[in-house]
Amino acid sequence: MFPMRIAKRQEPLGFGGSCFVLLTALGLSLLLSAILLSLGGTSPVRGISVLLQGAFGSRWALEDSVLKAIPIFLCSLGVAVAFRLKIWNIGAEGQFALGAIGATWIALSFPGWPKYLLLPAMIGMAMTCGGLWGLIPALLRQHLKTNEIIVTLMMNYIAILFLDYLVYGVWKDPTSFGFPMTPMFSEQAIVGKIGGTSINWGLAHCVILGLLIWLFFRFTRIGFEIKASGDNVRAALYAGLPYDRLVILVMVMSGALAGWAGFLEASATVNRLQPSIMVGYGYTAIVVAWLARLHPLSIGIAAILLAGLRVGVESLQLDLQVPAAFGGIIEGLILLTVLAGGLFTHYRIAWGVGK
Amino acid sequence: MRVMKALLVLMLAVWASTAGAAEKEMKVGFIYVSPVGDAGYSYSHDVGRQAVEKMEGVATSYVEAVPEGPDSERVMQNMARKDFDIIFATSFGYMDSMVKVAKQFPKIAFLHCSGFKMAENMGNYFGRMYQPRYLSGMVAGAMTKSGTIGYVAAFPIPEVIRGINAFTLGVRSVNPKATVRVVWTKTWYDPATEKEAGKSLLDVGADVIAQHQDSPGPQEAAQEKGVYSIGYNSDMAAFAPKAHLTAPVWNWGVYYVKVVEAVKKGTWKPEAAWPGMAEGVVDLAPFGPMVPKELQDKVNAEKAKIIAGQQKIFVGPIKDQSGAVKVADGVVMTDPELLGITWFVEGVVGTTK
Repeated sequence: MFPMRIAKRQEPLGFGGSCFVLLTALGLSLLLSAILLSLGGTSPVRGISVLLQGAFGSRWALEDSVLKAIPIFLCSLGVAVAFRLKIWNIGAEGQFALGAIGATWIALSFPGWPKYLLLPAMIGMAMTCGGLWGLIPALLRQHLKTNEIIVTLMMNYIAILFLDYLVYGVWKDPTSFGFPMTPMFSEQAIVGKIGGTSINWGLAHCVILGLLIWLFFRFTRIGFEIKASGDNVRAALYAGLPYDRLVILVMVMSGALAGWAGFLEASATVNRLQPSIMVGYGYTAIVVAWLARLHPLSIGIAAILLAGLRVGVESLQLDLQVPAAFGGIIEGLILLTVLAGGLFTHYRIAWGVGK
Repeated sequence: MRVMKALLVLMLAVWASTAGAAEKEMKVGFIYVSPVGDAGYSYSHDVGRQAVEKMEGVATSYVEAVPEGPDSERVMQNMARKDFDIIFATSFGYMDSMVKVAKQFPKIAFLHCSGFKMAENMGNYFGRMYQPRYLSGMVAGAMTKSGTIGYVAAFPIPEVIRGINAFTLGVRSVNPKATVRVVWTKTWYDPATEKEAGKSLLDVGADVIAQHQDSPGPQEAAQEKGVYSIGYNSDMAAFAPKAHLTAPVWNWGVYYVKVVEAVKKGTWKPEAAWPGMAEGVVDLAPFGPMVPKELQDKVNAEKAKIIAGQQKIFVGPIKDQSGAVKVADGVVMTDPELLGITWFVEGVVGTTK
């Protein structure tokens, strides 16, 4: 037999050790990517450097990566809240769509309102719609014992088709030659850019919301109850924690945050509602939440990392003609290596045959 | 000192090499909505790009599978900052992004496929695909036995509706009682969904399957059931050799080479270009062996008329689905009317929603 086995650590790996494992995992995924590149006939060193430069190598690239990270971050922050309670919300994509729909509804109904009224109203409606979309699977779970993974996933398709229904029908811009899109939002309904950059003020929303979520879990009683119930449901029930109400709460919060992302994407980036607003941020958010182990600050970093990856792959295509699918492959490799590396937080490899 | 001299020589050499590179070749970028391996729409554009690549002093590159919306804006900016001289964006949803980016980079020539907006340095272009579609309709109308022809279509937008109408007019010109049943997939490129849609049409009795998609999924559905199909975008005979009657196809190289030459000479001006069979941008793929000789001759005769400008296809009387006359006898529909068409002609079964 191979003289190697896996043993449990007495104490979880500390901060330094965790960083080492994470960096090793990232390095390993890059190495595997480089091997794939060279198999495809591209110089691996050139390929990886073009990828990194395209993602973070210039001011433009950085701005683009941050811009793309904004909706991913908010969706991910949302799913992380639910994941803390071990409620598997796969529905960020649909909640994002509903948020965009809610915000658009307000923007199209009251285009003349002043900015300080219109934007908060849009946010409020986006959060309400996204939150309600998250509430439905929570109620179904409690009253009909349905599985929230299946229900949230299926509801994504309903949400996207509802969005299609609106932009192909009642909300279609009469001047768009029959193409599916709403009219442009009025100036007051658009979240502006920060100074001379291409980044919008949504970045500030992210910082504030991320901070609030962190404070919520760190200092509030409910936040503690969610964490405790997530760690051990039976113990939580035994202690008399209101588990059912917590499930409702995390699903609504989760949906509201994804809805906020939908609002930002419609208002700040696209300036209207159209089917191509749905590019899978809700699913990327799940990957990001796992990579970051559900911690808000780490979610921010992971969101920029994955957003940068998507931006960088475009340069890889443009300069070296690497296929678009390569981005998805690297994303998968990163998730795989980092999650596999997570094993070492609680376990270690022991050499020699143990007793 | 000698080291410094060597260093100076080295620097000069580097400078000279970059200065030499300043008289660089012309760079042409393409943006595609689906992977170039789709064997369909993006593939046909990429075949056009390869024709440009063969030109003297021209280098090309592309980015594939770019979502419409903010992502496309970023890709265009990226190309512009890398000093591309011409940028072709090949999907409708890139239009607004291209208008924005064209404003930021006034020295670059921007060309947008299938839209309607223009700017100082941005033109748009598309092909009169409805011409070969009409011809493929003639083939389908003559080959059907059940009188029901299936049509797998992507989205209810004017481009697709126009194609279905031209196809149906072609079908009915040889088979006045035949109907064309339309199924919307609401996707451009999803081979599995598109194949399923083809199957659903076979289940309601269609014995020829036509399509407006970016994948050969419907062709495969027809081949499996042993019935005929009409392809689209490129010659899809390889995917369904027993089923493939013919296909309306793109031949973008002709147009792309012309534009790049004009930009090189400095004679390019933004325009709304809508070339057709006469210019060679669209065509009909070779007929499959099952298409009888007389039918081939008949279709080729009609093709000659289109090229000569004698057959305009959308000529009244044209009735809509309810049987009401939409275009009066002898009236030819104008280009703006065709570009904005949102109703089906008589003979189509389905809704435009």
